[in-house]
Amino acid sequence: MSDAHDDRRGQIPAIVSSRWGLDQSWTLDAYRRSGGYESLRAALAMTPAQVTEEVKTASLLGRGGAGFPAGVKWGFCPPGVFPRYVVVNGDESEPGTYKDRILMERDPHLLIEGVLITCYAIGATQAFLYVRGEMALAQERIAHALNDAYGAGLVGRGILGSDFSVDVVLHWGAGAYIVGEETALIESLEGNRGMPRLKPPYFPAAKGLYMQPTVVNNVETLANLPWIISNGGAKFAELGAERSLGTRLFAVSGHVENPGVYEVEFGTTTFRELLYDDDYGGGIRLGHELKAFIPGGASAPWFYPEHLDLPLEAGVVGAAGSMLGSGAIVVMDETTDVVKAAWRIVRFFARESCGKCTPCREGTSWLEKILRRILDGHGRPEDVDKLLDICDNISPAIAWPPRQTTICPLGPSAVSPIASAVLRFRDEFAAYCGGTAEVTVPITGKAYLSTPDTVGARR
Amino acid sequence: MARLTAENVTIAAEIIARYPVPRSAMIPLLHLAQEQDGHLTDDAMEHIAELIGVMPAEVLGTASFYEMFKLEPVGEYVVNVCTNISCMLQGGEELLHHLEKKLGVKAGSTTPDGKFTLEDVECIAACTEAPCLQVNYRYFHRVSDYAAEVLIDDLRAGRKAHEVPRHGTLSRIRQRIPADRRAGVALPDDPREPVWLARDRSDDEESA
Repeated sequence: MSDAHDDRRGQIPAIVSSRWGLDQSWTLDAYRRSGGYESLRAALAMTPAQVTEEVKTASLLGRGGAGFPAGVKWGFCPPGVFPRYVVVNGDESEPGTYKDRILMERDPHLLIEGVLITCYAIGATQAFLYVRGEMALAQERIAHALNDAYGAGLVGRGILGSDFSVDVVLHWGAGAYIVGEETALIESLEGNRGMPRLKPPYFPAAKGLYMQPTVVNNVETLANLPWIISNGGAKFAELGAERSLGTRLFAVSGHVENPGVYEVEFGTTTFRELLYDDDYGGGIRLGHELKAFIPGGASAPWFYPEHLDLPLEAGVVGAAGSMLGSGAIVVMDETTDVVKAAWRIVRFFARESCGKCTPCREGTSWLEKILRRILDGHGRPEDVDKLLDICDNISPAIAWPPRQTTICPLGPSAVSPIASAVLRFRDEFAAYCGGTAEVTVPITGKAYLSTPDTVGARR
Repeated sequence: MARLTAENVTIAAEIIARYPVPRSAMIPLLHLAQEQDGHLTDDAMEHIAELIGVMPAEVLGTASFYEMFKLEPVGEYVVNVCTNISCMLQGGEELLHHLEKKLGVKAGSTTPDGKFTLEDVECIAACTEAPCLQVNYRYFHRVSDYAAEVLIDDLRAGRKAHEVPRHGTLSRIRQRIPADRRAGVALPDDPREPVWLARDRSDDEESA
């Protein structure tokens, strides 16, 4: 790596992780001592429209999974329709994903400040902070932080002596992956079973919580706002490349020397750097070789060694047939039984399917049962093609981006691990099932069709 | 069994008052009931239905959707071992099997003394700290077989009580909104524009 590159890395600010190492980082004292709530003060000196403009200038992509620009999302609230709500999606559950929980546990005030800036900008009069049920410590830290912030006049009526007033209510879930989908999250917040709503017409910005305009943003997305307001959207947009600006948190797990959560420059850092550099993943665990890696959570099609030089840029990764999703990179070395890995991910989707749409409810559980049968040594030579045929029924043409026969993307997500494992490691399936693991189902997703010789990896 | 105690009814009222629509308090109230009894009883669910003005069946309908709500009694300690992909790659399944042996029960069941329920769970967001587990939703990271055994012994002997409350208790800190600081709920049928937005627009008009 060139010195120039190292120099640049040294200049990348920690936008969302700067306090993680501080003593008692979650307290109001620690937060204010390190500049906390000054961005809120600055925002209140601006007009709401100016705040929105800064966020649009920053081109902040949502960090939850879908990667939609936050400022644009805010703009979808129909003019003149009130009340408006802000709902924070803190239901982090995508396998491999571990960054919102750290943010909530170690820097809850940063999130609260981001929520307040959002409420001010869009004119929301109440905000709900939906934290995943299993995250007891995050709930405690946020409750504590909110109580302190109310006491200090930072939340509630007449914030910092202004005419801006909003209650921020801590709400929490009870164990359901699907609730991370924004319309399911709203259903859950209304006290219902967490089943997604059909879009259209139920785009939250237009018809969200209680059928009112609602902005649903991910925890990490909101945590970027204080920095953007203090430093300006343009400064944020100087970092990163193409569509992927600023910095971003990536959790690197699985077979690397240093599993961890790293904040890196978005859009320019490559998978190779993140997986192999000593500052980050530190390479594949001793004496082993990279077999495959999942670039964006369990829903993402897998990447292979030929993809290592791709940058962590949403557009580039999308064009290569996968996604950065929720910033979760799972690394598998050559000892990994990919049939088992695919089964384990599919079992997750089968368990977490809400049951509303038939292709997902039936399809995911059939896939899981067939894979289980294969692993148990009762696989049949035609099983591999059957798996893909079921995938094709859930998501026609096994394409990327996936086509949907369902209300939400959960069903099509179960296709990714199967198509990824089967097409690249067909001999492993053949070893389990006998025969040649013939595939007749047409497949179009680019990452699935990747071969070790693919040079398309270079920009 | 048990309806909510008088103390919990007070807490419930405080929770309900934070929402524009009472039904939104459903999940927090179910957690409150589970905190009280360790699992959800029919009486508690009926009581919640009364408090938020819905049918008891609707409360059951919501409760039965979510993994964390237990409609049958569970152990004092619910041990959730993650076996999803990142943990599987680092020995999560082996850890689960080790605990099955240690506790003498299969995943999904409770020890005869009612102390432990063992569960094989999906990703709990500690992927870089695999293999991981939770006891009553408190995290334990990078757990070796040996560490898991010590943990069980400690729990059994009551040596972890400060760290791991009994099943049902999530956050030990409650949000409190002081009356004098309260902005108030945003009722869905209140179409008034927030003052700070209206001010902004009138400023624009003046300058125009």
